[in-house]
Amino acid sequence: MKKSINILISAIMVAGLVSCNDGGTKKSKSGGQGGLATNAAERVYVAPGEHDEFYGFMSGGFSGQLGVYGLPSGRLLKVLPVFSQNPENGWGYTEETKPMLNTSFGFVPWDDSHHPDISQTEGVLDGRWIFINGNNTPRIARIGLESFKTEEIIEIPNSAGNHSSSFITENTEYVVAGTRFSVPVPQKDMSINEYKGNFKGALTFIKVDQETGRMNIKFQLMMPGFNYDLSHPGRDKSHGWFFFTTYNTEEAHSLLEVNASQNDKDFIAAVNWKKIEEYVNNGGGKKVPARYAHNILDEHTHTATSTMIDKVLTVDPLEVPGAVYFLPTPKSPHGCDVDPTGEYIIGNGKLSADLTVHSFTKMLDAIENKKFDGEAYGIPILNFEDILAGVVKQPGLGPLHTEFDGKGNAYTTFFISSEVVKWKVGTWEVLDRQPVFYSVGHGMIPGGNSRKPFGKYFVALNKITKDRYLPTGPELTQSAQLFDITGDKMELLLDFPTIGEPHYAAAIPAEMVAPKSRKIFKLAENKHKYAVLDNSDVRVERDGKEVHIYMNMIRSHFNPDNIEGVKVGDKVYFHITNHEQDFDVPHGFAVIGANNAEMLIMPGATETLVWEPKQVGVWPFYCTDFCSALHQEMQGYVRVSPADSDIELSWTLGED
Amino acid sequence: MKKAGIIMIIGSLLLLGLFKFPLWNIMLGAPQYPDPLGMDIYIQGIQGVEEFDIQNIDGLNHYIGMKPIPKVEEMWEFDVFPKVVGLMIALGVIIGILGFLGKLSYKWFLGWFIVMSILGLLGMYDFNLWLIDYGTDLDPKAIMKLENLDGTPMTYKPPLIGYQKMLNFDVDSWPGVGAYMIFIGMLLTVVAFFVGKKEYNK
Repeated sequence: MKKSINILISAIMVAGLVSCNDGGTKKSKSGGQGGLATNAAERVYVAPGEHDEFYGFMSGGFSGQLGVYGLPSGRLLKVLPVFSQNPENGWGYTEETKPMLNTSFGFVPWDDSHHPDISQTEGVLDGRWIFINGNNTPRIARIGLESFKTEEIIEIPNSAGNHSSSFITENTEYVVAGTRFSVPVPQKDMSINEYKGNFKGALTFIKVDQETGRMNIKFQLMMPGFNYDLSHPGRDKSHGWFFFTTYNTEEAHSLLEVNASQNDKDFIAAVNWKKIEEYVNNGGGKKVPARYAHNILDEHTHTATSTMIDKVLTVDPLEVPGAVYFLPTPKSPHGCDVDPTGEYIIGNGKLSADLTVHSFTKMLDAIENKKFDGEAYGIPILNFEDILAGVVKQPGLGPLHTEFDGKGNAYTTFFISSEVVKWKVGTWEVLDRQPVFYSVGHGMIPGGNSRKPFGKYFVALNKITKDRYLPTGPELTQSAQLFDITGDKMELLLDFPTIGEPHYAAAIPAEMVAPKSRKIFKLAENKHKYAVLDNSDVRVERDGKEVHIYMNMIRSHFNPDNIEGVKVGDKVYFHITNHEQDFDVPHGFAVIGANNAEMLIMPGATETLVWEPKQVGVWPFYCTDFCSALHQEMQGYVRVSPADSDIELSWTLGED
Repeated sequence: MKKAGIIMIIGSLLLLGLFKFPLWNIMLGAPQYPDPLGMDIYIQGIQGVEEFDIQNIDGLNHYIGMKPIPKVEEMWEFDVFPKVVGLMIALGVIIGILGFLGKLSYKWFLGWFIVMSILGLLGMYDFNLWLIDYGTDLDPKAIMKLENLDGTPMTYKPPLIGYQKMLNFDVDSWPGVGAYMIFIGMLLTVVAFFVGKKEYNK
């Protein structure tokens, strides 16, 4: 018996040893990337009360929002609502913001946001606005970087899968939105089999007003029915051109994973937008019926309006000779990236093992000397060999995107081999490679798609998370990794979770944005139709079944806070103005049984929540944002009487 | 007495600074106010250091039952002080000119200084009275009625000059640019007196 116990004990010890060994192996496997051996922790540590060096804007992916992070700490600063309703602050629920999510399909409360791009002047980030695309119901949003609010959303007609968007030209002249899923234009009832030759891919050029940032569709270039996957503008010497990768030049409409991967080469479409702009300015193009929403949030009325537009100007590429060319690019290129000098156009052939780099100078030469290799739908195809600048040989598997550090290096992400590879622009030699965890999509260097990158960090935006964090059931967050790229070798510093699926990101030095970040809205500038700027204007009015409550709030009460005369079946509008003029004193508003959400009201702003009481009783409302030591006291009651009651409307504050 | 007269004129004119720069400044910092709230006290009225500081100070003060910070029309001082200062500047300049022309004894310079000093002390006394009233005459229905350790009701008079911790606030009360300008201006009138005396004795 004793012996057997001893055996058992030693068996357990051996098991322990083995498992210890396992743990050891695991540790050493990840030890190489870890920060313990280096001072990585110190380099991403932002001490309490200190600020990050960069704002990082990471698309919220299928959350439809935009995540704002501090870099290098990776701290989430804000989830900025864009295309999706946000019950946390009432975005898309309040009467003021509902029109922002209006489309030609009606109210669309969600989207898939992909590619944020910060406004530029002369190819350098200027921090005025950030643009982002909604992929599912094609839209482009503009966010002001003073209020960090979505100020405008424009729908893109004749488009579907708004993916090669929203990239801007180097003076923010245009935001560009391309179609990933070609569709019949105009939409009609037809057989899907007739796709080939009949579907169109619209490339939309949206003009940006330099003063207000307001967007308007200048023209839509109606291209053959390929899938326009990603795009980037020419810059510096190639300013005036725009480049779009295509796949499915086979024009398959089913089982694309096979059928769209047959051609050895697809194209990068090179579009001379300046030429088309001139053509349009001289009366070119064709106005066609369309239907798309243009939504604007006015910062003085704090209210959004949605206007339905019924025409769009289309341009047939064949009508503007010399405006569009196809650059043959191997294997379903995904990312389309232009280096800071504007000379090199990188096609990231996602099914290829090589990276193809086209030369802008050679492209112009080939165009001039008509070095064509046939045409597609009348659009000249340039000869591959004549425009090729070089090939990065065997850098990895599945290249997706390339960013630049401004020191002559490029950083390409590889989805399949799950790594980021640094290579030299011009010599095409691979300089370094680092694994990422796992399957990186886009990479981002602050300003890395502009003329002037701030080449200090590289952020890998990964598609797959697996074991990187404590497990949270089958559904995980996404992961991002921060590399220091100031040395010869990239150095992994930090791994942090992100919201949604961050597709692309953009970052900007904090000092270009932080000083102008708004602290409050001025009450004196509040032009909201239902604002109550003066306590003497506080009132409750009935208009049939509609009851409008003109209310204000300040620490720590609502005015009025006792309301009687509301009846079952009424539609009650709480129009509430926050009278605070102090930084970081928003108040919230929630009322029992509301079928929408709460709302947060910033100092000086007015917001409206609709409440439809269904039961007789005395129902409380309260402030949801802990505003002061008397936050708990910030509450009120609405008396709801039967529908046939004849109790008159009355409202009070502080009366017994 | 030319030099003394000029110094006298410059000295009195420096008081003009009071119409442009604050006489006194009180800053209120707290954990929730990393950027402190502040008020600049001018002879014509009280203004916030930042646009909404007065409103926000009033908002906080209502918890402890303090009266709102007085508007221009609510205090006779804001009407009288500018007139008195204006008069003193005019007098100083006239005395300086007459001194410059040799029509007046240098002793007038000292006389002006003494009158101005008395007025200044009265002003400080009045200011302190106001601070006492403001800090102690509290609304009996105040939201927070705090007591000192000895059981007496807590009052909130800001310091006339210097630093004091009041509840969660760090209160700093210091002369403003205007006060420094009076100080230098008045010093110059004394200098004018001595220079005048020296010139006279020559």
